[in-house]
Amino acid sequence: MSTGHDTAAAPPAKEGGAAPGRPPADGAPTEADQRRRARLSRRWQRDMRWSPYAFVSPFFLLFLAFGLFPLIYTGWASLHTVELTAPTDMSWVGLRNYTRIFDDDFFWNAAKNTLTIGIISTVPQLLMAMGLAHILNYKLRASTFYRVAMLAPYATSIAAASLVFVLLFGRDYGMINWALNMVGIDNIDWQNDKWPSQFAVSSIVIWRWTGYNALIYLAAMQAIPQDLYESAALDGANRWRQFIHVTLPSLRPTILFTVVVSTIGASQVFGEPLLFDANKGASGGSQHQFQTLGLYLYEQGWVNQHLGRASAIAWTMFLILIVIGIVNYVISRRLRASS
Amino acid sequence: MTTTLTPPTPPDHKQGRVRRPKAARAGGTLHAGPIAYLILALFTIGSLFPLVWTAIAASRDNQRLAETPPPFWFGSGLFDKLEIAWTDANLGEAFINTTFVAGVSAITIVVLSTIAGFAFAKLRFKGRNAMMLIVIGTMMVPPQLSIIPLYMMVAKLDWSDQLQAVILPSLVSAFGVFFMRQYLIQALPDELIEAARVDGASSWRVIWHIVFPAARPAMAVLGMLMFVQTWNDFLWPFLVLTQNGNPTVQVAVAGLGRGYTPDQSLIMAGALLGTLPLLVVFAIFGKQIVGGIMQGAVKG
Repeated sequence: MSTGHDTAAAPPAKEGGAAPGRPPADGAPTEADQRRRARLSRRWQRDMRWSPYAFVSPFFLLFLAFGLFPLIYTGWASLHTVELTAPTDMSWVGLRNYTRIFDDDFFWNAAKNTLTIGIISTVPQLLMAMGLAHILNYKLRASTFYRVAMLAPYATSIAAASLVFVLLFGRDYGMINWALNMVGIDNIDWQNDKWPSQFAVSSIVIWRWTGYNALIYLAAMQAIPQDLYESAALDGANRWRQFIHVTLPSLRPTILFTVVVSTIGASQVFGEPLLFDANKGASGGSQHQFQTLGLYLYEQGWVNQHLGRASAIAWTMFLILIVIGIVNYVISRRLRASS
Repeated sequence: MTTTLTPPTPPDHKQGRVRRPKAARAGGTLHAGPIAYLILALFTIGSLFPLVWTAIAASRDNQRLAETPPPFWFGSGLFDKLEIAWTDANLGEAFINTTFVAGVSAITIVVLSTIAGFAFAKLRFKGRNAMMLIVIGTMMVPPQLSIIPLYMMVAKLDWSDQLQAVILPSLVSAFGVFFMRQYLIQALPDELIEAARVDGASSWRVIWHIVFPAARPAMAVLGMLMFVQTWNDFLWPFLVLTQNGNPTVQVAVAGLGRGYTPDQSLIMAGALLGTLPLLVVFAIFGKQIVGGIMQGAVKG
């Protein structure tokens, strides 16, 4: 694929131009006129046939160069030893990078943490977003204000948010422990204890994305036809039953979509645990208690300087995502078949 | 990796306003009760409090931050701290860099996405649906998985610490193409294009004189969303813009946090400065951005 014009990748021209070619309307034709018109109409047909490909080609070229090619090349690099200090020197080692990471307890630890942090951050986030969207769908005073306010965390970068949360979650002087003390709960070590630290890291993700997902659910709720509710009300369904029997089924595709996107996001969590770590390392806490796969990849590649091993981690994450994609596809087909 | 991607709710021209007949008071049109307002208030406070507290912490000195109870109101040191953070973290240069990176990315993405979105929305060509599916499918591939070869490329081209290393990979935006397609399907009447065609307009002229004017509101929203996204981008700039210091704002702010300064309030001042420009944008254009997200209804 080059410029879109006269490419080899273009489909064969069987049906003369897909769009209705329409030569300009005219009066009495002279010979010169006709020749001009023939030329114009040839150019016209070329335009109609090839321009669409030219218009969509920049996206595909960019994706090829900065998405697909690097992704595939990651697989190739994962079969080599590559040092960070000389990223262009590669020597073949076969599958050794994979056996090395699969033998590393910290890899499995990171995989487990990614899963648990993913669940802790995604499930409450989407449930709260759903509840919020339901409330935002009422007739409200100052409805725009709430929507914008809930989107403010989305405008805050991972870097800024994580640094603020480190302070809020401080063990000795943090705001959150202070509030917990008020209700009689002792100081919690949000850095070093495993589950509290995972909760703290997840809370950064929850804080940044709940409002955003609420808006997406709200948009889908507003698209539900009103008569569905009316007939449900006629059947004597109360508000809760209307929510269960009308709102949720209508939102099913949207819910599935947000689950997929959040899952992909959760598999990539990196900046939050990196910056939450008070030791400023890349190990995700002194006991690796909140190290995610994304952070483990960074540690292997940029701290331990093994880009080949980091590639093997990236490729493994990619394979996991494919499996998740297949599972999701199967589930969504089941759901569709059942409805 | 086929997922049921459900395309977002169709763009609603009167965005944000719910069109419902007055008589139908059955389902979702109920007025909110006090409990609903209470919950909304809690979430609003939860959303805004960490941001306000960033400013409070930046206005206090470290001794005060290491006392219980934590401070709830502003001290007097805010502007001093902001000034120190500005110079310490090299934020002046970082702001110029980030504005350039985010601006170039956003404008390029918007223009390319509008043209491609128009083709997908309004032109008929072979393989259109399959290509659109591929575009959507690429959204499922997280860009983070591609960073190692990109890093090798940057090393090979000797581009580390150079801004084009950050800009180029950020230009891939399936979301943008999808977003503009959804918008143009609704917002651009076929008759308008037909009429231009009858007058003999080429595809480029159609784009210039009809598509761009019709797409302007969506282009503005997409531009803001992409600007926010690029402004906040962290991992990739963090990897390629470090050695000699040509940072983006996020890299500079993270650098403050990961440096050896024990000065927490200084770190908060840096975080505040890095966030402030976007908060101002949201305060001014919040309504449009909310409308845009609800129209696109896809995470970018």
